[in-house]
Amino acid sequence: MKKKMSAGYLISRVIIWAVVILLTLSCLLPLINMVAISLSGSDAVAANEVGLLPKDFNVSTYKKLLGDAQFWKSFLISVERVVLGTAINMIFTISMAYPLSKSRLRFRAREVYMRIVIFAMLFSGGIIPLFMVVSKLHLVNTIWSLVLPGAVPVFNVILLINFFKGVPESLDEAARIDGASPLEILIKVYLPVSLPALATVVLFALVNHWNDYFSGLLYMSKAEMYPLQTYIQQLTVDLTQITDANQLKQLASMNNRTFNATKIVVSTIPLLIIYPFLQKYFVTGMVIGAVKE
Amino acid sequence: MKAAQTKNVSAVKAKRQGLTREEKTFHLMLLPGMIILLLFVFIPLVGSLMAFQNYVPAKGLLGSKWVGLENYKFIFSLPDGRQVFVNTLVIAFAKLVMNIFVPVTFAILLNEITAKVFKRTFQTIVYLPHFLSWVVLATVVTNMFSLEGPFNAVVTMFGGEPIQFLASNSWFRKVIVGTDVWKEFGYNSVVYLAALTGIDPGLYEAANIDGANRFKQIWHITVPALLPTVVLMTALNLGNILNAGFDQIFNLYNPIVYETADIIDTYVYRIGMVERQYSIGAAVGLLKSVISFALILGANKCAKKATGSGIF
Repeated sequence: MKKKMSAGYLISRVIIWAVVILLTLSCLLPLINMVAISLSGSDAVAANEVGLLPKDFNVSTYKKLLGDAQFWKSFLISVERVVLGTAINMIFTISMAYPLSKSRLRFRAREVYMRIVIFAMLFSGGIIPLFMVVSKLHLVNTIWSLVLPGAVPVFNVILLINFFKGVPESLDEAARIDGASPLEILIKVYLPVSLPALATVVLFALVNHWNDYFSGLLYMSKAEMYPLQTYIQQLTVDLTQITDANQLKQLASMNNRTFNATKIVVSTIPLLIIYPFLQKYFVTGMVIGAVKE
Repeated sequence: MKAAQTKNVSAVKAKRQGLTREEKTFHLMLLPGMIILLLFVFIPLVGSLMAFQNYVPAKGLLGSKWVGLENYKFIFSLPDGRQVFVNTLVIAFAKLVMNIFVPVTFAILLNEITAKVFKRTFQTIVYLPHFLSWVVLATVVTNMFSLEGPFNAVVTMFGGEPIQFLASNSWFRKVIVGTDVWKEFGYNSVVYLAALTGIDPGLYEAANIDGANRFKQIWHITVPALLPTVVLMTALNLGNILNAGFDQIFNLYNPIVYETADIIDTYVYRIGMVERQYSIGAAVGLLKSVISFALILGANKCAKKATGSGIF
């Protein structure tokens, strides 16, 4: 592109950079502020003197957190749930996406199944009947209540169907001529060439399970069974209990702001660790997702 | 299902009898997933018939008394029953518009930055909030909008009185829409950035030779090129117009702002799960599902007509 250094060009460059930088900073600074609060003295936080750098730097809340039994219990429940939930999600996603990626000449019941799957994606009975079913199945207060109701992630299934459809049919045919069974073809031919799509789906499932607080709130009646996000949600001020504005104001400036900030920062660290992968693969995911039926 | 299957067969191919070996495996592979969907989607769907009952848990769905549309009459006789539908539509519509306008603008601006290192750094940062939960971000937002927070610092700098943004019925919706856009604009801009990379650079060169400046090029080349994507995204999001964002509002609202902030989903949760009026909660939830379903089907048809592609 030719560079014309006219005044108008320069002004437009400055405006573009300024807007983009402002928007970017708006995403970054509030998060840095959170970290700074977690590393500051509680008096400085209460006096609202903490900006982007910690004031009265100390790690006392982090030390205190090490001894916080409920936090770590919830942390472990979340880890267990992520591992179990993601594994179950993947088994269902793969085992459903593979048959449904075949043409209806090879799998004559495909359209019926597709209709069921799409209907399940679009229509829900709502949380109340769902809660009744989960409690009738005696899943309430067990880890299964957090992983089974969402065991079939329909959106991910459709994403993987679209990806499998793009795998060259010749690979499949060659394996069939060699006498491989459908399961062997899936495991030995399809899965190895689908790693980027599988990574995307794994990451979606992982983030979903880690971030979900609502099923914990819905299905766990005891606080010691809360996964991490539910624990934090309950802790960072149960706003629904507050009825007047003054109380809200008081709570906002309470001393445990430092400690809560610490919990939030620590709960986010696992996501930050996988963030480079997330960033790499979710774009892939959106591109595959965009290839429609 | 068997009947539909055989019908399908005859429609697709002339009489092939029985299942092939491969098909048997396929049915087996789909079976566990179908059981899950049956348990957690289709049975609750039958359960939502309690919307037409005076449901008593001890009596169950079969034993409870059927009351027809009484629950709906009751809901719409309540002022807050009507209000939640209004709130939902207002908040969701504002989000729909802003969640297209801001990401499109951001994508166009970011596309103008040719320095790769900076572009990638900006992208890395703006995608981040999308992956954080509203539980975490609610604390961040509460900090930002607190009486001593940066927004009130600006207000007082211009000589105004500090505002309790999250406890004010005139501000709450604006904060909700603004922070939702803030969380998602980076992520939402991905589709538009992808569309921008598809534009033929030759178009810009030609415009350059014709003497069009950068703004004119954006207006006459970039914006029209994005239009199909914008139409598609609008149509798809229209189906979501009754989802005003439960997680966000649930983590930020309080009784002071119920008047403007209470949406269908938060109302269903409170009335059904907290107050345990199961039938009323289920009735509101079912009505929402039915309207949403119709909207999604309609929106998908429109999207297909307008751009040739839909979600299904």
